[in-house]
Amino acid sequence: MVERRSWFTFWAHLTLILGVGAIAFPLYVTLIASTHALPTLLQGRMPLIPGDQTWVNYSSVLNEGMSLSGAPPVSLMLLNTLVVALGISLGKIAISIIAAYAIVYFRFPLRMTCFWLIFVTLMLPVEVRILPTYKVVADLGLLDSYTGLIIPLIASATGTFLFRQFFMTVPPELAEAARIDGAGPIRFFLHILLPLARNSMAALFVIQFIYGWNQYLWPLVVTTKQSYYTVVLVMSRLVNVVDVAPRWNQIMAITLLAMIPPVVVVIAMQRWFVRGLVETEK
Amino acid sequence: MHSRAVFPDKAIPYLLLAPQLAVTLVFFIWPAFQALRQSVLVEDAFGLSTRFVWFENFSRLLRDPNYLHSIEVTAAFSLAVACFGLALSLLLAAMADHVIRGAGVYKTLLIWPYAVAPAVAGALYGFLFDPTVGEVTRFLSLFGINWNYIRNGDQALLLVIVAACWNQISYNFVFFLAGLQSIPKSLIEAAALDGAGPGRRFWAVKFPLLSPTGFFLLTVNVVYAFFGTFGIIDVVTKGGPAMATDIMVYKVYSDSFRALDLGGSAAQSVILMAIVIALTVVQFRYVERKVHY
Repeated sequence: MVERRSWFTFWAHLTLILGVGAIAFPLYVTLIASTHALPTLLQGRMPLIPGDQTWVNYSSVLNEGMSLSGAPPVSLMLLNTLVVALGISLGKIAISIIAAYAIVYFRFPLRMTCFWLIFVTLMLPVEVRILPTYKVVADLGLLDSYTGLIIPLIASATGTFLFRQFFMTVPPELAEAARIDGAGPIRFFLHILLPLARNSMAALFVIQFIYGWNQYLWPLVVTTKQSYYTVVLVMSRLVNVVDVAPRWNQIMAITLLAMIPPVVVVIAMQRWFVRGLVETEK
Repeated sequence: MHSRAVFPDKAIPYLLLAPQLAVTLVFFIWPAFQALRQSVLVEDAFGLSTRFVWFENFSRLLRDPNYLHSIEVTAAFSLAVACFGLALSLLLAAMADHVIRGAGVYKTLLIWPYAVAPAVAGALYGFLFDPTVGEVTRFLSLFGINWNYIRNGDQALLLVIVAACWNQISYNFVFFLAGLQSIPKSLIEAAALDGAGPGRRFWAVKFPLLSPTGFFLLTVNVVYAFFGTFGIIDVVTKGGPAMATDIMVYKVYSDSFRALDLGGSAAQSVILMAIVIALTVVQFRYVERKVHY
């Protein structure tokens, strides 16, 4: 048995509480700032308790946006961000699970070539090839469209690896039994493999939903129309205004609205999140 | 890699792979190839003709003091983000591994920053450290510190480092905690029986066993600092003041879309690709060893 020293346990709790507090502090300040009127924030003493402007601030950013900074209504941007995040996460799951199925359950010429082509995507993050990728999307006429926002980001080596890893753990007898019973590859995939892969799909979904929601550079370069803006891409526009003080109360309300959905997903699906995080790195 | 090869169909696997391969070829391989091609060409001022120039774009880049400066900033930035981030999250994970009561609550309260977009984290920290209204700025002024990251380059770099660490701490925490919890209890008990206290047990037993996790996290954090922090930089500092936070991935963006120097920005892309490839190879070589762990 390992002894437990009460003084050490006390220090452990103290360190954790300080850590949790320091990490939550920016969130707390954001929350408070989003409930006050702008003059209250600008007068130089930030209040520590919520104000009475919550409804005014949130309803104005949700319904009107911030036209001075070129931000459309936040409700529209939240919807766009949701479409993009779901499109990317579900798209990645769909195309990577069938790719992994092909690689594990079939033998065909160029199988390893295909595997390496998918692997290479890990080494080419969008940031390093931003200009040529932008050109491809522009030439295809996909600027200012959901397709252009989603499709270039749905290739996923991590997803393919995750499902490949999972399929390798499925007993081969299962596929043989299915084949003897007369099930073809499609039937085996839909009725046996897919239900078994539920947990892996949930884990991948959490990670990729966050990835999709938090995209910044890609939406920034492929959208020019406000009707396609995502809420994350306007951050720089809001903060970097010229000649006037930023409207921090409204900016903090938008910031909070932008982080609530992914944070809720991570906390509500914590079990799959931790699993997805650890497993996609194998 | 072996295949089960249970289904004899010839066409189906290609159909299954087609979507993934199509996206990869059109949006990954082709643009990367274009960057490679463009990096050895020079276009005239009107874009009418191009000329093959071997490695002139690269040598011009490596003589450019702004680019060399950007390399230095990137090195300092990624080193600081990785070291501070790893040290803090290891401390928190070690403590969370020790406590019994409330461990789940602490974990929940420590993992949420992962879900916050770097650009959004930038907005949070821009407000906290704003030179006129920032809460932390006011606190620092109590100690006579004049905080103005918009003018002071060192302060700007420090601010983006803090924001990046905050953003990445939950990722590191999850891996360190998983690593600590996978250490067999019998080892810790043996050390305790031999009279090692909590500190000794950590440094002599747990820390060495965590080194594969730590090494893996080091590469992930460097990749994050290199490429994932674009949003923070763009929101908080835009590479300034006076290029104090002009990391390489920010420079390739501003040179591509503002300066419109095609050959130069393609050469920058190629250099960054080489860096990612090197980091990925390091990471995967490690993963092969992790399997036995």
